[in-house]
Amino acid sequence: MSIPGEWYLILAAALFTVGALGLLVRRNVLVMFMCIELMLNAANLTFVTFSRMLGDIGGQVIVFFVLVVAAAEVVVGLGIVVAIFRRRTQTSADDLRQLKG
Amino acid sequence: MVHAAYLMALFPLAGFVVLVAAGRRLGDPWAGWVATAAVLGAFVVACVSLAGLLGEPTSARHFSADYFSWITVGGLQVKVGILLDPLSMTMCMFVTGVSALIHLYSIGYMRDDPEYPKFFVYMNLFVFSMLLLVLANNLLVTFVGWEGVGVCSYWLVAYWHERDSAASAGKKAFIYNRVGDVGFLIALFLIFSRLGTLDLPSIFAHRHALGSAGATAAALLLLMAATGKSAQIPLFNWLPDAMEGPTPVSALIHAATMVTAGVYLLCRMNAVLALSPDAMWVVAVIGGVTAFVAATIATSQQDIKKALAFSTVSQIGYMMLAVGTGAYVAAIFLMVAHAFYKALLFLGAGSVIHGLHDEQDLKKMGGLARLLPWTYGTFLVGWLAIAGIPPLSGFWSKGDVLANVFRKSPALWALGVVTAVLTAYYMTRLFVLAFRGDDRWASSVSGHPPQPPHESPWVMRLPLVVLAVLAFAGGVLDLPWVHHSGLASWLAPVFAHTLYADHESAALQTVLVVVDGVAGLLGLGLAFAAWRGVVDRPALEPQFLQRVWYWDDLYDAVIGRPGQAMARVAATVVDTRVIDGAVNGVAAVVRRSASSVRRLQTGYVRNYALGIALGLAAVIAFLVSRVWWS
Amino acid sequence: MLVSTLHATIPDAATFSVCAAVIMGGAVGVITARNSVHAALSLVMTLFGVAVLFIEQQADFLAVVQIIVYAGAIVVLFLFVIMFLGVDRRENVAEEPLRGQRPLALLLVVIALGGVIALGVNAHWATGRHSVAGSTTAGHHPNVYVLGKSVFTTYLFAFEATAALLVIAVVGAVVLARRPRRGPADPEAGEVDEGPDEAAETGGGVAGTPAEAMVGTEPGGEGRG
Repeated sequence: MSIPGEWYLILAAALFTVGALGLLVRRNVLVMFMCIELMLNAANLTFVTFSRMLGDIGGQVIVFFVLVVAAAEVVVGLGIVVAIFRRRTQTSADDLRQLKG
Repeated sequence: MVHAAYLMALFPLAGFVVLVAAGRRLGDPWAGWVATAAVLGAFVVACVSLAGLLGEPTSARHFSADYFSWITVGGLQVKVGILLDPLSMTMCMFVTGVSALIHLYSIGYMRDDPEYPKFFVYMNLFVFSMLLLVLANNLLVTFVGWEGVGVCSYWLVAYWHERDSAASAGKKAFIYNRVGDVGFLIALFLIFSRLGTLDLPSIFAHRHALGSAGATAAALLLLMAATGKSAQIPLFNWLPDAMEGPTPVSALIHAATMVTAGVYLLCRMNAVLALSPDAMWVVAVIGGVTAFVAATIATSQQDIKKALAFSTVSQIGYMMLAVGTGAYVAAIFLMVAHAFYKALLFLGAGSVIHGLHDEQDLKKMGGLARLLPWTYGTFLVGWLAIAGIPPLSGFWSKGDVLANVFRKSPALWALGVVTAVLTAYYMTRLFVLAFRGDDRWASSVSGHPPQPPHESPWVMRLPLVVLAVLAFAGGVLDLPWVHHSGLASWLAPVFAHTLYADHESAALQTVLVVVDGVAGLLGLGLAFAAWRGVVDRPALEPQFLQRVWYWDDLYDAVIGRPGQAMARVAATVVDTRVIDGAVNGVAAVVRRSASSVRRLQTGYVRNYALGIALGLAAVIAFLVSRVWWS
Repeated sequence: MLVSTLHATIPDAATFSVCAAVIMGGAVGVITARNSVHAALSLVMTLFGVAVLFIEQQADFLAVVQIIVYAGAIVVLFLFVIMFLGVDRRENVAEEPLRGQRPLALLLVVIALGGVIALGVNAHWATGRHSVAGSTTAGHHPNVYVLGKSVFTTYLFAFEATAALLVIAVVGAVVLARRPRRGPADPEAGEVDEGPDEAAETGGGVAGTPAEAMVGTEPGGEGRG
């Protein structure tokens, strides 16, 4: 018998939570990006778990596409980061507050 | 012959239209002749219609025709048409006749006025409105005429509008009329809501559906309208101010026609009035009290026109008294006679004023008897008529009124007799001060040496003579011993009752007649004794009476000042603080809330991410709660 | 639900526990590392753990793709950018300029986690349903076969759209990372053109394109110290 699906789900939830916490707490833009990747991985794990629990290949297909889109997102996101922080000394998200109301 | 009666109203309307279009080009004096011709045409039509009505048997003297449908909205069907019965015929006769004479008089009086055609435009419009009022067979059309005469009165009183006093007087007249009109309107609403129609024949047929409370209410509301239009207590103090208008206006509107419209309305609605004895008592009391009060005021007036104005109020008080006691025929008789002699008196006064170059103060007249003979002669006739000296018309008409009042209420009769004494007194005072005595006008302080007064031109003298004849002989309309063939029988189909006096004993009737005559002569004698040769008698002219029993001051204090205070409060407090404060307050609230909400936008991405996390936590909490409680 | 866990085999349980520890350790490392490179390496650790769990759940192909794409390309990309922007930048993790951010963040994520766990424990998962996209083990075919069949038949449109998305991402990256002067644009153009062809051939060839795009900007980045 394999591990029940709920355990995987809780693990994925914990991973997601840690990623969210990191996103909220860290100031370094690149570390924030990595936390986003953590959250995406947690989602992937959840999908695969459900794919196994429900016996449906659709879950894995979703993960496939998530992977691709995450990659594209990282490309563009890091391009933006480079464009912004090229001439700065600090890569801190707190420096970007020109849209203050 | 009766079917063309509507032409009576159309002639003055045509004159109005012609003068509006071409009056300025016609100028002085052709505009005046056109206007007079229009009214004269109306008079001729009235005579023809009278002949037509007389040709009918007594029970069939009733002609009603609808000409077009004005309002058809749901349950309200108003058709414009005329109702020609003895009452409206009588009114039309003296309205058109006296109007024609006054128009003729105005051609001479208003000569050299810069806005000569404008005067006749308004005068013709007035005659049209008055005829519409009298002839209408629907209360709403009557109301249109009612308003029409009110607005023409405003225009004509404020004719010399550059004068502040004239403009104010016009406003005052209109506003007082308007207050009364509220009563008319509410009466219309009441009648329509109870009876579903404003058509006069239908109202009379179904009047019992009003109920006694409804009839009383309607009667009192119509009385309110009548007090406004006819200058009775409590809405009477506009009439003396309205003397600011030209004298022909005072003669026509404020003596003969418009001010009688109120009495006419009550007479026309006598069927409704009869349903409410309480309302009739109120009418009688108001009439009697007004007659007395106005007569006392008239004894102390310095201005010749104001004295005549209060005299008018007093005489209409008599008419109201007659209406209130059910003696409608007497009221109409007095109305006709009053039209003759009051118009005569006003036109005579106008002749005096014209001759003295606009001098109106009685104390500055005197000795005009030999200088203005025609005016003097005709004024004498008018004076004797109003004083109630037999055998002139005033004596018979006032006698009828008083005899009927005696039957209903001796107290009111006594009041009426005292008023008759006062009437004779103040008219004699006026006559003596104006025409007899020394030439006080010669010493008037007007800068340049005074020119001697001149007699009026023939256009002004002719109406005076005609009216004098009518005032003298008008009594034949309803002499006591020919009631069965005079005005009483003529008007009998309109009014249910005949004169009470007919049922009294001959002895009582004779006593009453004698009392009337004595009263008149008493007043006359008192005035001659007091005012012969003496000009200043402060004891007989107390401030209280000169200031109209302080009535104007009372209204000013009770209504005028509080009204202005309310307006001031509304402008400064309500408008500025409440309304503007609310509007500005809304804006201020929006601004303040926006500036506090603005603080959410810190600019930090991490704070925004925190917002997302907050939403996430909320959604999960919601889902958990759903699972928990399901 | 949790009562049935005791039926698991020992190897499965051991694998799960170890992987769970690795994953959580890596995650905590990402969020607490002061040095960004350490954070990237912790991320790799987590990704490996997740890949093993994929294998554990019979998603073999995805595990391999995870390692090749995620750990192999994306993290490398991260490292490139860290190098580019200065590897020795350290962030002071201890201090927090925004008031209330940390306590509030902690509270919210605890609530979220607690909620999800509560849902996981008490909710009833739908089982025995008909599958939407086909069974995971249709006729004992390998996982690649089933996955490939599903992607290239049922979800072909999504696949093509994702390919277009990749092209757009590449173009966007080139535009974003370009210097204002046109100088080194031409040498890059050739290398960029290869990207879309490679991406179209294999779904896993994505890694080449962004990396080559990054390589293309290096001449521009040499200007910096």
